[in-house]
Amino acid sequence: MTSASAVLKTRPSAHPRPGRPRPWARPTGSGRGAINTTLGVIFLGIMLFPIYWMINASLQPSGNTLNADFFPWNPSFAGYEKAIADQGGNLVTSLIVSLGTVLFSLVIAAPAAYALAQFRFRWINIALLAILISQMIPGIVIANALYAAYNDVGLLNSIPGLILADATHAIPFAILILRAFMIGIPPSIVEAARVDGAGLVRAFMSIVVPISRNSLITAGLFAFLFSWSDFLFALTLTTTDEVRPVTLGIYQYLGTQVSNWSAVMATAVLSSVPAIVLLLIAQKYIAAGAIGGAVK
Amino acid sequence: MKSTTKHQETAPAVSAGAAGTAAEKGWGEPAGGEPRRGRFTRENVAKVLFIVPAALYLALFFGYPVVKNITMSLQAYTTKTFFTGEAPWVGFDNYATMFGSQLFGPALLNTGLFTIGSIAGQFVIGLALASFFKRRFPLNNFLRSMLLLPWLLPLIVASATWRSILDQDSGILNRFIGAFGLEPVPWLTSPSVALIAVILVNIWVGIPFNVTILYGGLQDIPEELYEAGALDGATGWAAFRYITWPNLRPVVSVVLVLGMVYTIKVLDIILGLTNGGPANATQTLSIRSYQESFVNFEFGVGAAFSNILIVISLLFAIIYLRANRRAVDE
Repeated sequence: MTSASAVLKTRPSAHPRPGRPRPWARPTGSGRGAINTTLGVIFLGIMLFPIYWMINASLQPSGNTLNADFFPWNPSFAGYEKAIADQGGNLVTSLIVSLGTVLFSLVIAAPAAYALAQFRFRWINIALLAILISQMIPGIVIANALYAAYNDVGLLNSIPGLILADATHAIPFAILILRAFMIGIPPSIVEAARVDGAGLVRAFMSIVVPISRNSLITAGLFAFLFSWSDFLFALTLTTTDEVRPVTLGIYQYLGTQVSNWSAVMATAVLSSVPAIVLLLIAQKYIAAGAIGGAVK
Repeated sequence: MKSTTKHQETAPAVSAGAAGTAAEKGWGEPAGGEPRRGRFTRENVAKVLFIVPAALYLALFFGYPVVKNITMSLQAYTTKTFFTGEAPWVGFDNYATMFGSQLFGPALLNTGLFTIGSIAGQFVIGLALASFFKRRFPLNNFLRSMLLLPWLLPLIVASATWRSILDQDSGILNRFIGAFGLEPVPWLTSPSVALIAVILVNIWVGIPFNVTILYGGLQDIPEELYEAGALDGATGWAAFRYITWPNLRPVVSVVLVLGMVYTIKVLDIILGLTNGGPANATQTLSIRSYQESFVNFEFGVGAAFSNILIVISLLFAIIYLRANRRAVDE
């Protein structure tokens, strides 16, 4: 067995094991549990303090809000008004680019993941190794080359250009996560459909895709977050303000608007909304991806 | 788990594999009554088409950039190139410029300090938190998944937030230490502390990833080992030293090497916090590469810097793959 397949097999499965007992199911001394929970809340509080501070600062009255109180007693939404006026379009650009990246990444990655999981190709281990190594290539290397290439083919300052570039964050990760799941699909169910006359593509669409729903959601969520967070390609592959993702908007704010912290922080809060919402409503998918993300 | 996976991998392939070998053995073998089975059956072509889009994408967006960086680094690739289309070959001039630049030494040193400092901090705090969350208590799962938040935020958001926290005059951190009578620290404006500040922020960003992976590793250590150890009097620190650490080592090497690979190329955090300043105190190899290419428009020199990054990353990639193979063998 070569190293590449070995690597993938050591990674935990892409989904939480259903049978694992919940840690608190076994009764322990309740006093001790309460102390540990309190400690856990304190640790979490320290780790998340910067995020609290970002929200707090965004609600302070405009101007130099660095002397902010610990709590926004008189919340002002002036920062948000300015943020939306300045950065609303950039947020929409980010949203379009991110959704495009999700769609493009899944369309490219899902068939490849299935092939790598279920077909017998002689060069499968080489392909897996290439995918692993591709994740280690520094983004600036890709940006250097893409700038010149995009300049030639006219993809600079374009949404398709950003989608294609942002998918470099997502596609290798999606292939690995999806393959880890698809390797467990019993070939017999696909074969049953084949016997009934379905072609390979139809069997894939009507059987493999629905079964893989959860891992597709995990891969899609991360594709969204990677693309939404992208800063490097936004910085290097756009030169005008026609197409400007919000991460670049924040960077330019930092250069010009440090006197208006509430607007900067309000934009930061708005850019954090996808991560916060997804962590709250799609926790199990995020946890699955984070573990599979050992390869990220 | 491993054996079933292996089984399933081979199972569907029996027919295709048999067809492949029969075709390879060539003419001597009778076709066995299935004349349509060969290399280029419709079935095999369809199978290859599953992988072609991804292969093309990887070649264009990973393969091509690596090759292009190598050729660029041997050319005079500047703003002029974009107007004239000419990029004359200059041999190793760009490398000479790079090694000869005053910033090369400091950038290399800072890259090393940034990487080692970040990894050490993330790992120690990550391991401590992972061990803590191994205890059973109410809300454990919820608290642990909320801990992922810093890792999921856009890095530039983290930079912006920390810039306000670390502000010398009115940032909350200096106000906090001021309450203990300490002098305000010029976190991001003094060349002697800026690198430390940047490392601290990067530690904060990386803790969630370390906790998640190390927690997974801790969960995989069988409980019986601790029970047996306890009978022999190995509890607390001794249990960690003689049971946890040896069993966790394969996961540790993976976390550390991956951490290196991803920390070496960090750009967003430093650009957002200091832009490489003050007085070049936070210049790293990836910042140099970015600034040479996209600020000075010296793409050749920028490519030379990024090739150094590729070489370092590949070294760690090899270490990673070896560590991982050892992890499987053990």
